[in-house]
Amino acid sequence: MDLAFFGVQLLNGLQYGLLLFLIASGLTLIFGIMGIINLAHGAMYMIGAYLVWDLTMRLGNFWLAIVIAIPIAVALGLVIERLFLDTLYKRDHLYQVLLTFGLILVINEAQRIIWGGDVHSVAIPAPFDASLQLTDNLQYSVYRLFVMGVCLALAGVIYWVIRHTRLGIIIRAGAVNRDMVEGLGINVRTLFTLIFSVGVALTAFAGMIAAPLTSITPGMGDSILITCFVVVVIGGIGSIKGAFWGAILIGMAETFGSVLIPSIASMVIYLIMAAVLLVKPRGLFA
Amino acid sequence: MKNFKKTALASVLGTATLMSAFGAMADNHPVKVGLMLPYSGTYTALGEAITNGLKLAIEQNGGQLGGRDVEYVQLDSEANPSKAPQNMSRLVKGDGVDFVIGPVHSGVAMGMLRVAKQSGAITIIPNAGLEAATNQLCMPNVFRTSFSMWQNSFPMGKVAYERGHREVVTITWDYAGGKEDVAGFKEAFEAEGGEIVEEILVPFPSTEFQSYLTQIASIDPDAVYTFFAGGGGVSFVRDYAAAGLKESIPLLGSGFLTEGNIAALDGAGEGVLTTMHYAETLDSEANRSFVSAYQDAYGVAPDTYSVQGYDTGAMLVQALEAVGGNTEDRDALIEALAQVELESPRGLMSFSNSHHPIQNVYLREIRDGQHEVVGTAVEQLEVPDDACQM
Repeated sequence: MDLAFFGVQLLNGLQYGLLLFLIASGLTLIFGIMGIINLAHGAMYMIGAYLVWDLTMRLGNFWLAIVIAIPIAVALGLVIERLFLDTLYKRDHLYQVLLTFGLILVINEAQRIIWGGDVHSVAIPAPFDASLQLTDNLQYSVYRLFVMGVCLALAGVIYWVIRHTRLGIIIRAGAVNRDMVEGLGINVRTLFTLIFSVGVALTAFAGMIAAPLTSITPGMGDSILITCFVVVVIGGIGSIKGAFWGAILIGMAETFGSVLIPSIASMVIYLIMAAVLLVKPRGLFA
Repeated sequence: MKNFKKTALASVLGTATLMSAFGAMADNHPVKVGLMLPYSGTYTALGEAITNGLKLAIEQNGGQLGGRDVEYVQLDSEANPSKAPQNMSRLVKGDGVDFVIGPVHSGVAMGMLRVAKQSGAITIIPNAGLEAATNQLCMPNVFRTSFSMWQNSFPMGKVAYERGHREVVTITWDYAGGKEDVAGFKEAFEAEGGEIVEEILVPFPSTEFQSYLTQIASIDPDAVYTFFAGGGGVSFVRDYAAAGLKESIPLLGSGFLTEGNIAALDGAGEGVLTTMHYAETLDSEANRSFVSAYQDAYGVAPDTYSVQGYDTGAMLVQALEAVGGNTEDRDALIEALAQVELESPRGLMSFSNSHHPIQNVYLREIRDGQHEVVGTAVEQLEVPDDACQM
């Protein structure tokens, strides 16, 4: 691999990692603060992609589709939290796992009933439907650069909210000691609704902006869910900073692993997870 | 003692009468066709297309097989290998079907064929492409109306060499289907004198292809041969085009790369070459009338899976005609099935000794969002089945 291609692979790893971060950030927030293992997180990623595909078909405009799809995703998170999770907070984790697993089945089947089993795609939207010539024979879609920019910007916003706002203080405190936060008179119930809706919206949004770069298929969120759990565990549960660096690490590992050590490529991320847990059992940034 | 003899005689006679009554009834009994196909999950569309095709062929025969009415028993396989033996047993033993049609998924086929071996149930596979089904597993009661991975990829090896490609990179998922497919291409391409410079295996079912495309660009081969299907096929073809590789490094594949997905390719597939046993644009009377009959019956255009279902139905029609609707004499029925020759929408089709289709494989190029037939890559191709001696 000469230097130019090494650089391109760095770019590939970074782009994949940033997208992973967007999905994992919602997962880690919900996990860290609410203590909910949301297995349906990947299904929400899929719903985001299908929503934006459906709306782009109807409206003929990708950007308009995103603007409409985001509130739908937030509302979906709100409904799930109020209708289902709310009754289970007092129960054991196992009930929540069971519920969110059930949600995967329900959401996947609902997807099939509403949108069917065909494979779909969304065209890369203007003005980003151009390519950069990276090497003699390799081009890079400008839209991928745009997605990286959006992910970085969102990472910045999330970081700022968590570090520099009152809400952020509550969230950080909630991740460390939920009972204490409640004891200080914070309405945890409202906080939970907010966190869950935002978490769901983040992953759905990741599905939306990833839609033009991937194929939209039933169950597309299931495999990404596992990778995101690895990211969250490596980074430290509840840590946004951890999710960021964990995602970049996994993005790079998958990219370079698949090219340099293809025979164990599918194992690489789990090996990294095992190594991290040996050294820092609570994750890198917990 | 005398009394006992009388009773015994009477009961024997009674049983004989009853049996002949059953025998007579059996002829008027509908033929029971069991369908073990996916009607839920990822492969739903395939299960439905096969069912539609099958029913169309039987409908065109007045809804009858060998002069008997037909009863369908449809069972959702869920494309779930772990449930396959149990589902198959239910059809064969519980419902007592005369034929089992299925499955779509090769993993399910393994489980089904185990039961087919034990029970001797006549099984017709309308899709699953695992080589073993009509080679190593080799059963007189098992037929296939579709393809094997090898059959669709082997012809491309020859085509690639004839088009002047000498160094090729192959890329597929790291699973049995992908590896069998690439092996077929490799066999033909290397026999011609070509060289496979890199065999890339992507963890299944990942569709994150950027790093591999970068690797392909750095190797810069004459062409790339690939097998992906479903969403993976769409992602790969789109990513390949977006990376600007399609112009400098032609993309070749087995037909499943783009089959059923051409709309989702959104123009990215233009110029991609694939080999396959069918193309919707085949210019023959049989294909034209099939396409219009299917369109009229179901309101959608048929695809390869519909044709496989249709030919399965046509096969049953022809075989049961030959045995006069008698499903009791199994040996005669199996023989009749093996003798079937079809003027199929895909062209002439007959069966090898291992009960696998002998059929044309076409070279297709995507033009204006359709698989245009460039030519016949190999006429009446028979798959290797040395492991099967019946």
